[in-house]
Amino acid sequence: MLFNKPTIAALFALATAALATQARADALDNIMTAKVIKVAVPQDFAPFGSAGLDLKPQGYDIDMANLIAKALGVKAEIVPVTSANRIPYLQTQKVDLVISSLGKNAEREKVIDFSAAYAPFFSGVFGTKDIALTAAEGLKGKTIGATRGAIEEQELTKIAPSDATIKRFEDNNATIAAFVSGQVDLIATGNTVAAVIAEKVPARAPTLKFVIKDSPCFIGLNKDEPKLLAKVNEIIAQAKASGDIAKLSEKWMKAPLPPGF
Amino acid sequence: MIYKLKFGDLLPYWDVLLWGLVFTLVLTAVSTIAGIVVGTLGASARTFGPKWLGRLVAAYVELIRNTPFIVQLFFIFFGLPAAGVKLDESTAAFLAMTINLGAYSTEIIRAGIEAVPKGHIEAGVSLAMTKWQVLRHIILKQAFQKVYPALSSQIIIVMLGSAVVSQISAQDLTYAANLVASRNFRNFEVYLLVALTYLGLAMLMRSLLRGLGRAMFKAK
Repeated sequence: MLFNKPTIAALFALATAALATQARADALDNIMTAKVIKVAVPQDFAPFGSAGLDLKPQGYDIDMANLIAKALGVKAEIVPVTSANRIPYLQTQKVDLVISSLGKNAEREKVIDFSAAYAPFFSGVFGTKDIALTAAEGLKGKTIGATRGAIEEQELTKIAPSDATIKRFEDNNATIAAFVSGQVDLIATGNTVAAVIAEKVPARAPTLKFVIKDSPCFIGLNKDEPKLLAKVNEIIAQAKASGDIAKLSEKWMKAPLPPGF
Repeated sequence: MIYKLKFGDLLPYWDVLLWGLVFTLVLTAVSTIAGIVVGTLGASARTFGPKWLGRLVAAYVELIRNTPFIVQLFFIFFGLPAAGVKLDESTAAFLAMTINLGAYSTEIIRAGIEAVPKGHIEAGVSLAMTKWQVLRHIILKQAFQKVYPALSSQIIIVMLGSAVVSQISAQDLTYAANLVASRNFRNFEVYLLVALTYLGLAMLMRSLLRGLGRAMFKAK
């Protein structure tokens, strides 16, 4: 016999691997051939993505999609999605990437792959510029506004010193009103909420004091696309190094990137 | 699905709820007294004061009686800081409740004053009583006696209405209930307990006020 059994098995394995590699290469190659990359973006979640005055989607995620398209030298096709259907859009190949303020968790990691983090998304304690504060221990004797039942309020209750006062409000709007009116000078909220306050009321722009819970956003892509994943990660790394991501943060979050991002 | 009641889940929060109850009691007591003082002054001013003062009081009464309490509260807490008047949530709650009860009690007491027979006042004057003596011993005493049940009801309405102050983070009984519900999700148990507490409070206040009324007006 020319081929013994192990050799045949090895050949099969090789052939399968070759086929698989070819299949995996599809996503990036397809994008480069079509000269179009389809990206799912949010349409109702400012500042990541919302309808602008011209009714076209605008926001951090849209700018990020264009940045990636530009780096690839292709055209970006923006596909507005909702948070419920963004992963199905990816799985059914309607889009190549999901750039839609997507957070990472074990459940999602089973079905899709994630790039490196491309956008900061976290809750923390924010306050007026004059307050010097860097950690939860510094809250001694201070008053902080928060929305009752929100993750950051529950976390803050655990980490704040016992003589800190947490004023709990019914909803996000009341918490914002308390901060804007000066009833509280510190609030526990998300960085995107802080960005909105900074934009609407620059005189009381909240600055980050410390992070409570960090859950940055990642770009989602289909599993088994190592070439596309590597390319996207390379583009993100370049954009971080060149300061393009920092610019996006300044533009849409009205704040510099958090330390360590 | 059968919902299993678990009142035991409320136990770890007994102190939160108790302090909420204390806050509600103190807030109601203080703003009731202040509100009735405002109402007495308002009613007297409207009936006996100069015309401009009467108009001013009328405007205050109409403004408060024709706007929602929560809007008045939000205006004081979230709105006034823009005008440089920053009140903490307890003060804002007390002020809003006093202003509110003041307006309602002005109208209630005014009705009582107008029901005092003219002859009684003339009798007082002819007995050489001073203006203040007539006002205090003849007019106000009779006025309060006549409207006492209506006033008692209004005080209880204010006590129940105080639940709204939880919206500006004043830590009353409702605030405590909301907080507990957001922690253990035992909404049914928490709100049932708190509803029964309010019911008990209202009944207690009603009998207290009735007893107080008897003591004040029966001994003649």
